[in-house]
Amino acid sequence: MGIEEKLPSGVLLSTVEGLAGYMRKASFWPATFGLACCAIEMMTFGAPRFDSSRFGMEVFRPSPRQADLMIVAGRVSNKMAPVLRQIYDQMAGPKYVLAMGVCASSGGMFNNYAIVQGVDHVVPVDMYLPGCPPRPEMLIDAILKLHDQIQHEKLGSNRLAQIKEEEKVALLATPTSAMKGLMR
Amino acid sequence: MTAYTPILVLGAIAALFAVGSVAMAPLTGPKRYNRAKLDRYESGIEPSPLPEGGGKVSIRYFIIAMLFIVFDIEIIFLYPFAVAFDALGWFGLIEMFIFMLTVFIAYAYVWRRGGLEWD
Repeated sequence: MGIEEKLPSGVLLSTVEGLAGYMRKASFWPATFGLACCAIEMMTFGAPRFDSSRFGMEVFRPSPRQADLMIVAGRVSNKMAPVLRQIYDQMAGPKYVLAMGVCASSGGMFNNYAIVQGVDHVVPVDMYLPGCPPRPEMLIDAILKLHDQIQHEKLGSNRLAQIKEEEKVALLATPTSAMKGLMR
Repeated sequence: MTAYTPILVLGAIAALFAVGSVAMAPLTGPKRYNRAKLDRYESGIEPSPLPEGGGKVSIRYFIIAMLFIVFDIEIIFLYPFAVAFDALGWFGLIEMFIFMLTVFIAYAYVWRRGGLEWD
């Protein structure tokens, strides 16, 4: 059908964006920000039963400078928020944030003056994972969806166009305060 | 030589890939600097300020360094003697003891003058 049919066997064609996306997602080192109960589930994710090593993520870097993904696992208090921001700033790009659990996504059950109501008040989040705590299988699902997002991320000026598209969609979507949902 | 050519070519490609990746990164990558990225890492808190002028080093380390040089040279002279002492016989042994005596006089001087005290 295309040019790939006419090539000798053993030669594959791809795009630079596809290759870069694959390389970014295939060895995706997490920087732990394990704060509370969700950290236990994250540790289980690294343990043999729900192996994180098969995704290339067995080495949880303690130093943010060597990490790609920051998994914010647990409640972020107001005292911890500047620490969270500093760690995020010290990560080298491309960097992604996964808010694990309801406390990191929206403050969870702690609707009070001490807990930051969602880490997206402090850092830009790429993937929200609800659950209290989310099972490791749910964490794997979130990470695989994030892998998918990274694989299809574009480079250069295409990336700027993609960001503009996403912003337009986000601005026209219904805000969370207008979603009545079940809490009517 | 022709038997080793594939290995050498593979080694050259690997070296070229490593050097090339490191060289290409600052040329092709975007530069997104922020203050915290260039600062020191201290588990997320603001790093404590360094002392003015790079900090003072205690002068006691100078004495330690000098004594190390002197006794290290003595040890360097002792190594070949230890390897060949059975061929050198009695003459070598007496000679070595006279050498160690001279260095021991220096050691005794340092010891009794207080050079080995830290405070």
